[in-house]
Amino acid sequence: MSEARKVLVTPIFSDNPIALQILGICSALAVTTGLKVTVVMCIALTLVTAFSNLFISMIRNQIPGSIRIIVQMTIIASLVIVVDQVLKAYAFDISKQLSVFVGLIITNCIVMGRAEAYAMQNPPGLSFLDGIGNGLGYSAVLLFVGFLREFFGSGSLFGFQVLQTVNQGGWYVPNGLMLLAPSAFFIIGAFIWILRTWDRSQVEDNEFTMKAHVKKEAV
Amino acid sequence: MASNKDSIQNVIKVALLVCLACAIVVSTAAVVLRPIQQQNQQADLRRNVLQIADMFQAGVPVDQQFEQIETRLVDLQSGTFSDEFNTEDFDPRSAPNNPEISSSIPASEDIAGLKRRERYTEVYIVNGENGQMQTLILPVRGYGLWSTMWGFIALEDDLNTVVGFGFYDQEETPGLGGEVDNPRWKAQFPGKLVYGEDGNVQLELKKGGINPNNEMDATYRVDALSGATLTSRGVTNLIQYWMGERGFKPFLNNLKAGEA
Repeated sequence: MSEARKVLVTPIFSDNPIALQILGICSALAVTTGLKVTVVMCIALTLVTAFSNLFISMIRNQIPGSIRIIVQMTIIASLVIVVDQVLKAYAFDISKQLSVFVGLIITNCIVMGRAEAYAMQNPPGLSFLDGIGNGLGYSAVLLFVGFLREFFGSGSLFGFQVLQTVNQGGWYVPNGLMLLAPSAFFIIGAFIWILRTWDRSQVEDNEFTMKAHVKKEAV
Repeated sequence: MASNKDSIQNVIKVALLVCLACAIVVSTAAVVLRPIQQQNQQADLRRNVLQIADMFQAGVPVDQQFEQIETRLVDLQSGTFSDEFNTEDFDPRSAPNNPEISSSIPASEDIAGLKRRERYTEVYIVNGENGQMQTLILPVRGYGLWSTMWGFIALEDDLNTVVGFGFYDQEETPGLGGEVDNPRWKAQFPGKLVYGEDGNVQLELKKGGINPNNEMDATYRVDALSGATLTSRGVTNLIQYWMGERGFKPFLNNLKAGEA
C-alpha cells in the first residue's frame, strides 16, 4: 500500500481515532441525535483536521518547540471560527442545532492530536491526507451512532419519518434513552466491540494478570 | 537555520506572523459573511412570526410574506407604542442584556426565571384589509428545565383569544420537554382564552388531561407535556408573567381603550 493510501485509509477502521485511540468522544455524544446534524459535524471536523494539518505542516520547520502548541491552537481556532461563520451564513438551521459544538471542535482531541503527532513531522501533502483520513474515521463512528440514535430515538432518518411514532398518531414508541447522551456511550462501546472482534490485533494486552480468587478460609 | 529556530527573536517573529495571518483570515470571514448571517437571522425570526400567526406558506419567500405584517416597538413600562428606536435597528434578543434599556426583576416577581426584563420590545401586527388590527403577535420567553425558551403568542383582535403559541428557540430534553415543538401539542392552543372574566391570566397547562366537559378546562387549559413537569411549569409561568401586570397586560388594556 502506498504511503498516501495508507495515511488515508488506515484511520477509518484499523486505527480509528474514536474506537482505538478513544479521542473526540465528547462531540460524538453531543451531536449524534440526528443524522443531518451529524453529517454537517463530520464534514466540519474533517475539513478542520485536514486544513490545520496542512497549514501546520507547511510551517513545521519554522515553529519553535517552545510555543508549538499555542501556534497549533491559533491555527485550529481560526479555522473553526471560519467554519462556524460559513455555517451561520449558508446552513443557518443546522448551525442553530449544532450551536456550541462547532466552536468546541477547537478542543476536539483528534484535531490537536493529529497536528502534534503527524503534521509536525510530515510533509504538507501527506498531512492533509492524514487529516482527511482521520476525519473519515471520526465520521464512520459518528454516522453509525447517529443512524441508530435517530432511527430508534425518533423513528426517522435524516428527518424523514420512517417509523410513525405514537406522538404523531402512529404505533412506534420511541426509545427516549437514545436521544440522551448515555446511549452514545453504549453504541460506541458496541462499535468498538464489533471492530475488535473483526480485527483482534486492536485488543490491548492486559496490563496485569488476574490472580486466582482467594478462598475465604485462607483469610 | 535549525539552531536559531528556538531563539527568542524567532519565537516572537513566528508568534506575531501566525497571529497576524490568522487575524486577517478570521476577520475577513466575519466581515464578508455578516450580511448573509443577519439576513438569515431576520428571515428565521420572521418565519417564526408567520408560523405562530398561522400565515406561513412554504415556497413563498419569507420577506414577501412578511410584508403584510407591521412591526412596532412597545414600551413595556408605560404600556404604549414607542418610537424610541427604529425597529429596523432594534434587536429584541439582546435588549434584556442592555443595561440602558433593561432592569433586573426582583426575585419575588421573577416567576418565569428571566432575571432581567427589557423596557422596549417588538410586537408584530397583522392588519386586515380595512387597516383594522387582525392579529397581534407578542414575544414571550421563560425558563424551562435547561434553557430559556423563546417564543411568541398570537392573539385575535379581541386581545384575549389565542391564535397560536410556540417557541422558536429552546433546548429542553428532546422527546420530553422538547415536545413543546410538537405540532400536535401546539394545536391545542388556538381558541383558548388568556384572561378570565375577572381579568386575571387563566391560560395554563394542566397535568392529567383535559376534560372537554369541564368549562374551565375547555376554555383556559391545555394538556401539559407528559414526562416534562418542569418544562410545563415553565410554560405556565411564562404565560403568567408576560400576559400579567409586568408583561403585556398594561399595553393590552391601553390598546383596548384605544390609548396605546
